[in-house]
Amino acid sequence: MAKYEYTEKKDTRSGFGAGLLEAGKRNPQVVALCADLTGSLKMDAFKDEFPDRFIQAGIAEANMMGVAAGLTIGGKIPFTGTFANFSTGRVYDQIRQSIAYSDKNVKICASHAGLTLGEDGATHQILEDIGLMKMLPGMTVINPCDYNQTKAATIAIAEFEGPVYLRFGRPKWPVFTPENQKFEIGKAITFQEGTDLTIIATGHCVWEALKAAEYLEETENISVEVINIHTIKPLDEAAILKSATKTRKVITAEEHQMNGGLGDSVAQLLARKLPTPMEMVAVNDSFGESGKPEELFEKYGLSSKSIIEKAKILLAR
Amino acid sequence: MPSIQELEKTASQIRRDIVRMVHAVNSGHPGGSLGCADFFTALYFEILEHSTDFSMDGKNEDLFFLSNGHISPVFYSALARSGYFPVSELSSFRKINTRLQGHPTTHEGLPGIRMASGSLGQGLSVAAGAAMAKKMNGDSKIVYSLHGDGELQEGQIWEAMMFAAHQKIDNLIMTVDWNGRQIDGDVEDVLSLGDLRSKFEAFGWEVIDMEGNQMQNVVDTLRFAKTKCGHGKPIAILMKTEMGQGVDYMMGTHAWHGVAPNDEQLANALDQLEETLGDY
Repeated sequence: MAKYEYTEKKDTRSGFGAGLLEAGKRNPQVVALCADLTGSLKMDAFKDEFPDRFIQAGIAEANMMGVAAGLTIGGKIPFTGTFANFSTGRVYDQIRQSIAYSDKNVKICASHAGLTLGEDGATHQILEDIGLMKMLPGMTVINPCDYNQTKAATIAIAEFEGPVYLRFGRPKWPVFTPENQKFEIGKAITFQEGTDLTIIATGHCVWEALKAAEYLEETENISVEVINIHTIKPLDEAAILKSATKTRKVITAEEHQMNGGLGDSVAQLLARKLPTPMEMVAVNDSFGESGKPEELFEKYGLSSKSIIEKAKILLAR
Repeated sequence: MPSIQELEKTASQIRRDIVRMVHAVNSGHPGGSLGCADFFTALYFEILEHSTDFSMDGKNEDLFFLSNGHISPVFYSALARSGYFPVSELSSFRKINTRLQGHPTTHEGLPGIRMASGSLGQGLSVAAGAAMAKKMNGDSKIVYSLHGDGELQEGQIWEAMMFAAHQKIDNLIMTVDWNGRQIDGDVEDVLSLGDLRSKFEAFGWEVIDMEGNQMQNVVDTLRFAKTKCGHGKPIAILMKTEMGQGVDYMMGTHAWHGVAPNDEQLANALDQLEETLGDY
C-alpha cells in the first residue's frame, strides 16, 4: 500500500493561474503582465476578472521586466508571466539591474521549466534557470512540486516583500499535497521520516522521490527520509543539517542542471558544515530534446528509477 | 520661480561640481554630464513638481529616471544642490562605503534615486511602468526620463517605445541627449541612428526638438512638452547638446566621455566655470 497516493493529475501552471486569481482577489495592488502566453500561463482567469490590472506586454520580455520594476514604484505588486527560458536567461541583465539590484518587489513567474516541457525540445527546456536566479543577491527562488503547492506558493509570494522567482511546469503531474495548504517560504517539508538515507527533492522530482522511497522501503528494507525543498533560496539549512546528521547519506533530486541547482546548494551547505556522502539526481551538463515528459525523465536520469540506482550506490559507499 | 540667469548660474556651479568630482577620484564621465547640466538644472530647479523629502513611491510627485547612468556626476550634483542630500556628500563620489556609487543605485539608499542604471537601455521600460502605475493610481503627475543617443542602439529601448505608444502612456516625457558621440566615436560612424525624428514618429510618439545648451530653450521646451501630456501619446524630446559643454577642451570630441581631467586640466576647466553657489 503506497504511503502517498494521488487521485488526479494537474499541471502546476494551472496552480499558478488559480493562485494568481486568488492573490488578485485578496490584494488590489496585485497586477499581472504577460508576454503573449496568457493561455499557456493560465492567466486568463485573472485577465477576465481584473482586465484593468492585466498588462499584455507582447513578445518583448526585456521591456516587460522593466515595466514590472517601474510598476512597483507606484506600490503595485507585479507578477510577470512567460516561459522559464524567457523569464531568466533572455532577460538576465534586466532582472539583475532593474529588479534585483534596484530592490523591486517583482514576482517573476516562469512556466514550462525543465525537460517536462516535452515535445518543443531543448530551445525551450531551460535547465539553468535556478542557478541563474539563485546567484542574484536578494532573490528568493521557489520551485513547487504539484498543483496545490504551486497555488499556495503563488498566494504566499504576493504577501512577501521582495523579488521572487517562481518556477513551475507544463505537464499534468500527480497532485499529492493538501488543498489550501499554508505555504511557508524558506521552510522545508518532511514528507516522511527515515534513518538510513535522506532524499531532498524539489519540483516535479518530489513525486519521483516518494516513489523511490516507497520502493526502497518495501523491497530493500531501507528507511528513507524524504524532504521537499520548495524554496531553494533561502535554503532551509537547519532542516537539511538535522536530517543529514541522522542519516549521514543524502541524495538530491531536481529537474535542472547539476551545476547551479538544488544539489549544488545542498552540497555547499554540507561541505561547509557537515561533510556527508552525497549523490545528485539532475541533468548532467546536457541539453534536452523532444519527447514525452516521462520518456525524457527516464532518458536524462530524473525518474524514481535513477533515484533508486543512486541510493544503492550511496548505501554501498 | 528662478530667472533664466539664476538657472544659468546654478548650471555653472553644477558644471564645477562635475569636473571636481571626477578629478577627485580620477574616474567618471564628465563629457555627457557637462552636456546635460542645463537640462538637469531646468528640470530640478524649475520644471519638476517634486519633494526633496524623498519617498520611493513618489505619490503625487513628478518622477525622473536617469537611464544613461554613467552621467551620475550631473545627477548627483543636481540632487544635492536642489536639497535631496548635503552638498558636502559630493566629495564621496565613487569612494568606498558611500552612497554616491559610480553609477546610480537604490541599493545604498541615496535620496532621489528610484532605480539602478548603468547597463544601458533599461530606463525607458521602468519609466513606462512607473507612469502606468500613476495612471492606475489616479495620480496626474508626470514621469520624465533621460537617455543617451548611443543608448538608443539597445533593442530594449525600441520594445519600450512600441509598448508606451500602444498603451497610450501620455504622462511620460523621455528626453534623448543627442550629442552625437559615444565611446568609440561619432554615433553616425559607430551605428547610425538614421532619421531619429521619423523613427520616433513612426513608433507613435509626439516628438519635440530642443536646444539643450540654451537655458531659455530648455525651460520653454520642457514647459511645452508638459502641455502635450494627456493627449494619448508618449512624448520624446530630441535634445541637441554638445558633449563637454562649458569646458572648451572637452568640446567637439568624444575623448572626454569617460576620462577625468588632471590637476592642470581641472584648473583650466574651473577658470571657465564661474563659482556661483560655493564649491562643496
